[in-house]
Amino acid sequence: MSGAAALLVLADGRFPAGGHAHSGGAEAAVRAGRVRSASDLAEFCRGRLHTAGLTAAALAAAAAAGHDPLVLDEAADARTPSPALRRTARRLGRQLMRAARATWPGPDLDALAAARPKGAHQPVVLGLAARSAGLGPLDAAQAAAYESISSPATAVVRLLSLDPLEATAVLARLAPAADEVARQAEAAAQGAVEELPAASAPLLEITAEQHAAWQVRLFAS
Amino acid sequence: MHLDHAAPCPERHTASVTLPDGRRRALRVGLGGPVGSGKTATVAALCRALRDRYSLAVVTNDIYTREDAAFLLREAVLPPERITAVETGACPHTAIRDDISANLEAVEDLEDEAGPLDLVLVESGGDNLTATFSKGLVDVQIFVIDVAGGDDIPRKGGPGVTTADLLVVNKTDLAPYVGSDLAGMARDAEQQRGALPVLFQSLRTEPGVLPLADWVREQCAAWAATHAAPDAGTAALPA
Repeated sequence: MSGAAALLVLADGRFPAGGHAHSGGAEAAVRAGRVRSASDLAEFCRGRLHTAGLTAAALAAAAAAGHDPLVLDEAADARTPSPALRRTARRLGRQLMRAARATWPGPDLDALAAARPKGAHQPVVLGLAARSAGLGPLDAAQAAAYESISSPATAVVRLLSLDPLEATAVLARLAPAADEVARQAEAAAQGAVEELPAASAPLLEITAEQHAAWQVRLFAS
Repeated sequence: MHLDHAAPCPERHTASVTLPDGRRRALRVGLGGPVGSGKTATVAALCRALRDRYSLAVVTNDIYTREDAAFLLREAVLPPERITAVETGACPHTAIRDDISANLEAVEDLEDEAGPLDLVLVESGGDNLTATFSKGLVDVQIFVIDVAGGDDIPRKGGPGVTTADLLVVNKTDLAPYVGSDLAGMARDAEQQRGALPVLFQSLRTEPGVLPLADWVREQCAAWAATHAAPDAGTAALPA
């Protein structure tokens, strides 16, 4: 790891890149009664980590490794069937782009921002931001993998008034699995873009579409 | 690693006065305050009072619905393309202070799609007395409280009451019915705020929102005077 502190800044839940308004599908799962407790949260996060988390981590690692971000952006679209999730990914990518250009400015970020003014997919921007911060593909993958579980955990604390100590313990127990996902993602990023993992979670895609149509909701996704 | 020049927070990403095409951006006015103090009604009244004079737009931050935006749309205070609702993930103060990215995008998209604009009103979701807007998001902020929420609020203070550029004490018409002491509120507010202005307002009686609209007009005039000749690349932030 080339810059542990830079990775901590990038992966900090308070990094101002818009993530606080998103639940990673947890709000829909809570409403459906699938997540009611800390153990449900652990299973939800484990599923998300090995599907959407792995896919995002591989895209981030590939961007950090120097693959063409526009090709990766198309690859992200191909791996995101739900239009609602595509909109969310691009919105979050745009917000992360602003924060990244303020924190670790660089020509690669400027070029992607100019090519995708309304936002590239968030994991691609995350990988490019990591690269601009002097971090490597494994670092980028770890940030993406961790974010895939920290976002729902934070949201469920608010949605269920879950004990925050329990929610954080869930994350701590998933940490080895998140490390393993990041290693897989880094290894995949050494190959061709079309070979990157495309692990999908159909229920997350379906409930994202339903959630986007709700009239009353706490989170944007 | 690429590092920026000496500026601790490169303002071009947030508060830059100049738009990409070289024009001066709109003045951004934040309206915050507790739930039910009359922020949305005040925004609606301001739109009616100012829309003929200025090109204006509104960003709302609801806690868990789009109701504030829906109210403004229903009241037809502005065309729909000039009203944007930001979702705040159960945390309205985060969206206006700690992580302003969604609000900045809403403001910038309004400039792009409905502009050129003179004025953007950014309404916070109802929150507590500590909620204030980031200076990266708005240029001036108004904190709206009301007499029915308790006449001890100015005495209690908090960042909204003590530091907002203008404190509006709303619903003064209700004071006799809820036993609120307006003179005491004025004294307490002055003690907390020093020279910063306080405005007592009732939207249901004359002159309604007009004194507040006058204050906003003064801010717009000051903004235009401070940034009289926007010039791409050389615009400076106000002191």
